[in-house]
Amino acid sequence: MGAQKKRAAAAAAAARVSEDPDDLARQPLQAILLADSFTTKFRPITLERPKVLLPLVNVPMINYTLAWLEAAGVAEVFVFCCAHSKQVIDYLENSEWFSQPNFTVKTIESHNIISAGDALRLIYEQNVIHGDFVLISGDTVSNMSLTQALQEHKERKKKDNNAVMTMIIKKSKPSPITRQSRLGTDELFMAIDPNTKQLLYYEDKADHSKGTICLDKMLLAENPSISLHNDKQDCYIDICSPEVLSLFTDNFDYQHLRRHFVKGLLLDDIMGYKIFTHEIHSSYAARIDNYRSYDIVSKDIIQRWTYPYVPDVKFCGNRATKLERRGICFTAFNSEIEQSRSAQVGSFTVIGYGTKIGSNSKISDSVIGEGCTIGSNVLIEGSYIWDNVIIEDGCELRHVIVCDGVIMKAGAVLKPGVVLSFKVVIGERFVVPAYSKVSLLQQPTVHDSDEELEYADNSSGTVEFSSIQGTADQSNGEMTSESSEAHKPKLGTGGVGYIWSICEGGQEEEWRHSVAPIPEDKLTELSEAMDDDQELVTQDRTALSTSGELISDSNASEGDDNEDSKDDSVYFEKEVEATFLRAVEENVKVDHVILEVNSLRLSYNMTSADCAGAVFYSMMKLAIKTPHSSAIGLLTLYPSPFSMVASNAYPIYLSGELQQNTANIITTWQKLLKSYLLEIDEEIEIILKFEEMCLESAKEFSPLFARILHILYDKDILQEDAILRWADEKEGADESDKVFVRQSEKFIQWLREASEEED
Amino acid sequence: MSLSQLMLGPNVVLCNAASQTYPSCNTFTHALSFFNKIEGSQATARQTAELLRSVISQQRVPYTNQAGALIDAVKAIGEQLIAANPVELAVGNIVRRVLHIIREEDLSLTTAAIGGLNLSAVSDDENDDDRDGDSTLSAAAVAAAARSTLRPPSLQTLLEDTPVSAAVPQTSSSGAADKSSRSRKLKHDVIEAVNELIQDIVTCHEQIAEQAVEHIHQNEVILTLGSSRTVLEFLFAAKEKKRSFRVFVAEGAPRYQGHLLAKELVARGLQTTLITDSAVFAMISRVNMVIVGAHAVMANGGVIAPVGMNLVALAAQKHAVPFVVLAGSHKLCPLYPHNPEVLLNELRSPSELLDFGEFSDCMDFGSGSGSPLLHVVNPAFDYVPPKLVSLFITDAGGHNPSYMYRLIADYYSADDLVVQRRATAGN
Repeated sequence: MGAQKKRAAAAAAAARVSEDPDDLARQPLQAILLADSFTTKFRPITLERPKVLLPLVNVPMINYTLAWLEAAGVAEVFVFCCAHSKQVIDYLENSEWFSQPNFTVKTIESHNIISAGDALRLIYEQNVIHGDFVLISGDTVSNMSLTQALQEHKERKKKDNNAVMTMIIKKSKPSPITRQSRLGTDELFMAIDPNTKQLLYYEDKADHSKGTICLDKMLLAENPSISLHNDKQDCYIDICSPEVLSLFTDNFDYQHLRRHFVKGLLLDDIMGYKIFTHEIHSSYAARIDNYRSYDIVSKDIIQRWTYPYVPDVKFCGNRATKLERRGICFTAFNSEIEQSRSAQVGSFTVIGYGTKIGSNSKISDSVIGEGCTIGSNVLIEGSYIWDNVIIEDGCELRHVIVCDGVIMKAGAVLKPGVVLSFKVVIGERFVVPAYSKVSLLQQPTVHDSDEELEYADNSSGTVEFSSIQGTADQSNGEMTSESSEAHKPKLGTGGVGYIWSICEGGQEEEWRHSVAPIPEDKLTELSEAMDDDQELVTQDRTALSTSGELISDSNASEGDDNEDSKDDSVYFEKEVEATFLRAVEENVKVDHVILEVNSLRLSYNMTSADCAGAVFYSMMKLAIKTPHSSAIGLLTLYPSPFSMVASNAYPIYLSGELQQNTANIITTWQKLLKSYLLEIDEEIEIILKFEEMCLESAKEFSPLFARILHILYDKDILQEDAILRWADEKEGADESDKVFVRQSEKFIQWLREASEEED
Repeated sequence: MSLSQLMLGPNVVLCNAASQTYPSCNTFTHALSFFNKIEGSQATARQTAELLRSVISQQRVPYTNQAGALIDAVKAIGEQLIAANPVELAVGNIVRRVLHIIREEDLSLTTAAIGGLNLSAVSDDENDDDRDGDSTLSAAAVAAAARSTLRPPSLQTLLEDTPVSAAVPQTSSSGAADKSSRSRKLKHDVIEAVNELIQDIVTCHEQIAEQAVEHIHQNEVILTLGSSRTVLEFLFAAKEKKRSFRVFVAEGAPRYQGHLLAKELVARGLQTTLITDSAVFAMISRVNMVIVGAHAVMANGGVIAPVGMNLVALAAQKHAVPFVVLAGSHKLCPLYPHNPEVLLNELRSPSELLDFGEFSDCMDFGSGSGSPLLHVVNPAFDYVPPKLVSLFITDAGGHNPSYMYRLIADYYSADDLVVQRRATAGN
């Protein structure tokens, strides 16, 4: 009986397993929405409010993402909150997203997560993802239909279990001048197999200055065809199989979705996981990564590329707006605004509920939030003004972002690229310089490198936030008066806030990523630079057509090799010198030094000639460094029959002393040097090295060249053949090169005679 | 106040019936606003009517002023439905139709009650002449007043034999039992009438198509633009009656729905020629009749139709070709078009016109003045003024554009033109 039952159970289990694939297909689609970008690009605004809640054309960004996910047929969304998680959760709870019939939103909260990788690992541990899921961050705007991409993904998965991810890409040409995409990110290079759409190569930080990218040779060997694109934009929408989460768990060092995960999978050929791409054509998708993409995506929304997620179509909690025709173009208006008759509101402008606009004000290409008060004679151009901002008479704003509750006193001017964080007050007639960021909070003093910042201080971000809450809750007057006193000169009379200093090296990046258009002079500078580049490339005749942008692999790598080897030899010389000096100081045995130098030689892949050169170089250096006083007792003028140096500027006793030192050192270490002088070539190398030193790094030796050459000959380090060969080689050289040959002419003459006599 | 707030409010907890209504309404609102998942005005109209029917059936009516309560409930939902997608005029039309139905039913019930009252008064109070005369007089006066104010004189009402009723305030004499039965009857009647409306909407294609043989003759050439279910059914109906004719289909850029129409026509064995929109003027001299569908018909006889229609109408006028518009009665809108090019239009995504990737370098805001030189405008609709339209064919027959306002007066009551709850009702 029992056995039978067991068998039945086993059969049932087997049946369940066999049904599983079908179950998976029918499973409701899930999505992971990362409500934290784990970057600091939107500072100082993000110190006070999470990025996903920043208004994008008067609607918090996360609403665009959620609205799209719902329309795309996702049934369950896990919103991962980290920085300012309380604000995000509070917002979602009060929004209508929690009350949708066929769409559930769940929040996962964690405070000590510093990267997307960590977040995915945590979600894996919670074991809530059961099938394919969409991975997206809360700052993505899209209107694409997922059906086709999802179907492709499933079919591929069925055929090949290793196809774990489908990446959504979109065609978007990078700017020819700035070499950055429309969205202000770096130019992106992708290699895609045109038949299978498999992603083979992904490089978002291509070296602009060289204009080259390096592809692995294997890539070309293994794939019959590859198309290389620089006109694709990564939409940061991924359809992933559940394996992706476990991959993150297995590789605990994966942090960044693209830089670590995608590149990691592409490089790792052991597991054989594959990433595929799906290109969208007519629909829109973009991620807001920095201030420039904020500007550009806003304008795309106003120009209706994101239809139906546009200001005048109600999609989630946005107030009804209507369009009005201004000239040829359209402006979205809320029905309840107060606008003076003489105010001019230009095209492509969105004005929020309950905003008042004074007389003779001009507004164009801008977004103005709810409940703002704009005085008369104000000029607003290409700017983003959030809710409840007060702008007094005569202010000028061009290409700026102004957060909630900012007050601009009369006559204040914001230059392009300025960002005013929450509740800043700008004093009367104060001019805020271009690209500056102003916040009530002081700039965090720690300045890591960019790379580290991205992962470093998210936890500290939340801590800071709580402290802000504290200060904000304090009696307002006290706080503001205090800070205004301390910073009166900074923001004009009555101004409140700190101007953040732009970190060093940041200046270059500021204009790239700000809301302001790239200034004229930068553009000309860049275009000139590019012209130069192109000339260079045409000279080299290595470039293919510009559209291909692919410089043939072998050439590129060769160039790299040359550079590398040059670098290497410099390092090698330094290492050898350090080894040698240590040997001198610690009286290491000559044999041991030879051993050490040999190991260096192997690790740097150098020839014995290089070693000889390096060792000789170190010896000569030591000779210069050795204190002259110690040699004073030995001061003798070496009567040299070959000397032509008397006229030289160096005091004769000094050169004598130096010569003595050199002689001592050579005597002591001749064994070391000899061990590398296997053939005549190495000896010539030493002479050349010596010559080079005399010309460049150790000019003290130049008067002594002939004498030291003689010493070397005496000590049997150099054979007469080597010296003669060197002299012969130099015969045909330039006059300037011959200085030392002529200096040692007598010596060479003597050598020649001697050899003849021997014969 | 949004629907979700309604849902979270305490009244939902108290009233179970309402909480069943609102989620479906919520879905519907979202369905309307998201991607126009409900495509076409007929389906939208039907959905709206069905939704309002369920609202009415679940609404609890008080003892006094039941019609008022129903009207308020319908208006509350209707306002939000209209706000969800103001461009789809069919929603507003149906909301107004339902409101009109409630008023009509209430009116007829009241008249019946008064009639009954009068009868009983006559039978009971034979000796009291004063009172009798008074009551008949008042009823007649009220009826007359109603005729002049509530219901403007129309052909239908003039020809009707049945006595027209009045919206009299309820007389105190009717008993409580009477009231409850009346309230049930009102609701029942209204739902019955809404069902008829739904039936009308469902069958409007067939009713229009029945008239096809009267308009399409042997060996004629018909031109149409874009795709419309009504036009398709109309042409099929003529084909089924063994009429042989040719159809020119203008493709209807940028959505190219004409391609689909051509495919379906060919599948039914109709001789079809597909042309570009810009070739309409060149072909119009060979055309005997232009038959097109409409998005909405306004009170002045103007037509909101897919973009490009105005060009076709102008070409037809130039060559004196009849321009016939087919429209179900749910497309009749009691509003007058003010600035229809913008206010009643929908600007769709520019991606229908051009490929974003190809033109992305024209939309680089990062360089230059920060505002792009390229603007792409993609309006969905055109406005065709009434003077360009020769004939409207609705499910009630063929009409001249100048007659439209009369037809509309039959379907809608003047009180409902602005569907907005009064401030007091909002509280």
